[in-house]
Amino acid sequence: MWEYSDKVREHFFNPRNSGPLEAANGIGDVGSIQCGDALRLMLKVNPDTETIEDAHFQTFGCGSAIASSSALTEIIKGMSLDDALKVSNQNIADYLDGLPPEKMHCSVMGREALQAAIANYRGEKWSDDHEEGALVCKCFAVDAVLIEDVVKANNLNTVEEVTFYTKAGGGCAACHEGIEEILAKIKAERAGPGEVSPPLKPLAPKPAAAPKLTLVQRIKKIEEVLESIRPMLIRDHGDVDLVEVQGRNIYVNLKGACSGCMMEASTLGGIQQKLIEALGELVQVLPVSYMPAEA
Amino acid sequence: MEPIYLDNNATTRVDPAAVEAMLPFFTEHFGNASSIHAFGSKVGQALKQARQQVQTLLGAEHDSEIIFTSCGTESDSTAILSALRAQPERNTVITTVVEHPAILSLCDWLEKEGYIVHKLKVDKKGRLDLDLYKSLLHDGVAMVSAMWANNETGTLFPVEKMAELAAAKGIMFHTDAVQAVGKIPMSLKDSKIDMLSLSGHKLHAPKGIGVLYLRRGCRFRPLLRGGHQERGRRAGTENSPSIIALGRAAELALEHLDYENTEIKRLRDKLEKGILAQVTHAFVTGDITNRLPNTCNIAFEYVEGEAILLLLNKMGIAASSGSACTSGSLEPSHVMRAMGIPYTAAHGTIRFSLSRYTTEAEINHVIEAVPPIIAQLRKLSPYWKENGPVENPEEAFAPAYA
Repeated sequence: MWEYSDKVREHFFNPRNSGPLEAANGIGDVGSIQCGDALRLMLKVNPDTETIEDAHFQTFGCGSAIASSSALTEIIKGMSLDDALKVSNQNIADYLDGLPPEKMHCSVMGREALQAAIANYRGEKWSDDHEEGALVCKCFAVDAVLIEDVVKANNLNTVEEVTFYTKAGGGCAACHEGIEEILAKIKAERAGPGEVSPPLKPLAPKPAAAPKLTLVQRIKKIEEVLESIRPMLIRDHGDVDLVEVQGRNIYVNLKGACSGCMMEASTLGGIQQKLIEALGELVQVLPVSYMPAEA
Repeated sequence: MEPIYLDNNATTRVDPAAVEAMLPFFTEHFGNASSIHAFGSKVGQALKQARQQVQTLLGAEHDSEIIFTSCGTESDSTAILSALRAQPERNTVITTVVEHPAILSLCDWLEKEGYIVHKLKVDKKGRLDLDLYKSLLHDGVAMVSAMWANNETGTLFPVEKMAELAAAKGIMFHTDAVQAVGKIPMSLKDSKIDMLSLSGHKLHAPKGIGVLYLRRGCRFRPLLRGGHQERGRRAGTENSPSIIALGRAAELALEHLDYENTEIKRLRDKLEKGILAQVTHAFVTGDITNRLPNTCNIAFEYVEGEAILLLLNKMGIAASSGSACTSGSLEPSHVMRAMGIPYTAAHGTIRFSLSRYTTEAEINHVIEAVPPIIAQLRKLSPYWKENGPVENPEEAFAPAYA
């Protein structure tokens, strides 16, 4: 079964702040019916200072759901509402010394309950915007709904592309069959019911040998491509910089979470693919550490 | 107190007598049964004996009807794929919605490959509608595969009757009897069952050994082709130590069959009554009057199964759950959903499965341990207030579901 950290076990066996809170003036009820987890978070907020004076929870759920709820109440007690809204699900998981990938949704549920409870206190309506599906990639905790959304939004066709966009499939590779099934399903949807695959288009005439780009034009194109990729890297807390262009070798600097990530090679590979398409020539994208000391 | 193991439908302790029987086949009798020399012939004789021991337990007519495999899953796959390959003019498989994943995943894949799969539904108690079943039997059906006993609830399917109905229409019948073999008496020679799967580790033999029973005369295509082992029906050098242990375990299972259906059943009933007498809002799932003698599956409403298991484990008690969180998927057990058990109860199902090693003292201890655990978790549950569920639980707590 799961490898729970000692902290998770401890918070499960001795949950803090459990049970109803009579004086609560902000209540958040959230849950995920498929998963069988449901959480009610009750806050007692001081209206003058807008600080959370007390927090209790009631949870129907597994060990990590109960531990996440318990941890959440400990984290937010004494916080101002604005600070509490900055608490992320990763903060909850970190407080518990980590959660198994299959159980990260427990911490997400905690964060949602917090947002819902604060919205309730403020008389606002909170609506959940994320949907959770079956876990496909266990290495990077990516679920089917996310993969489907990304595949549709970006018109992806291969497992490699899915890995580049979502990280799913970039670890042990055991989920590649599952990703292929999602791709096949969406491909079938694109084709529409009963519709045969679209007739083959005649190949576009080969572009006349593209005029050779000047170095400045090439660098501008490269920057354009990196700019288009940047939002995805930033979403994963990373970034990329262009360092040098030497002939067909393009040296980049992966930053933040991208540097040293086990997906580094596949990130570079994805960038390379896009650059080859944009520049219309064969180039190689290399990390800056590969740059010859003195060119 | 020693840990209490009530998860025998997951796997069992290997009987010390079975271990003793297998050990010499790692050392002095290491030979290959196919060899002509003395090292091999000793092994060949022992394999023959083991085959007969399994034959006796199953009540099969011939020992050559016993094919040793690596596990129950291999036996299941071999059976269904053989039926389809041996009868290419037939493209349909009938099975049930509550089968083990060894059958269901295979059938899902067959559907993708273009075969037609009918999955029979079950009622609230996990029973099949035999009239509907009869209506589905036609010329296109290659095989019916139905489990003898359900792993989660212990509910028994009338497989002998179903096999007769299939045979009357000339359709092959396979049963996944992994949970049933060794727990209830069977006589395959008096039945119309064509194939049956069993798994060693469910009856106090080691893991990694299984059997496919194949009725003489039933058309067959092997899954693994290669050497002439198992009369060419399952190539690959015999796992002789495990086969010999399985033979001994089969012999012991037969000796204990009465005990299983009297004493173990009594302990199971005592456990069930003892818990239900103290815990409200809990009920037994499955077909209570027609199930395995060792299995009891209780749904505890308004609490979640993994949490129960963790607290039981802390007290040294091992059981299992149909909750989503113990399976790694997000869905609760497909068996509970098939029976229409509501989510708030399906997530809180706990299976206790006993064996001949289970003692009265252990059962007494579990009867004492369970009620406080449920009470402790219900205290945390938003569906529960002091002495019972909140009024209209579904309305009182209606979270924004993701």
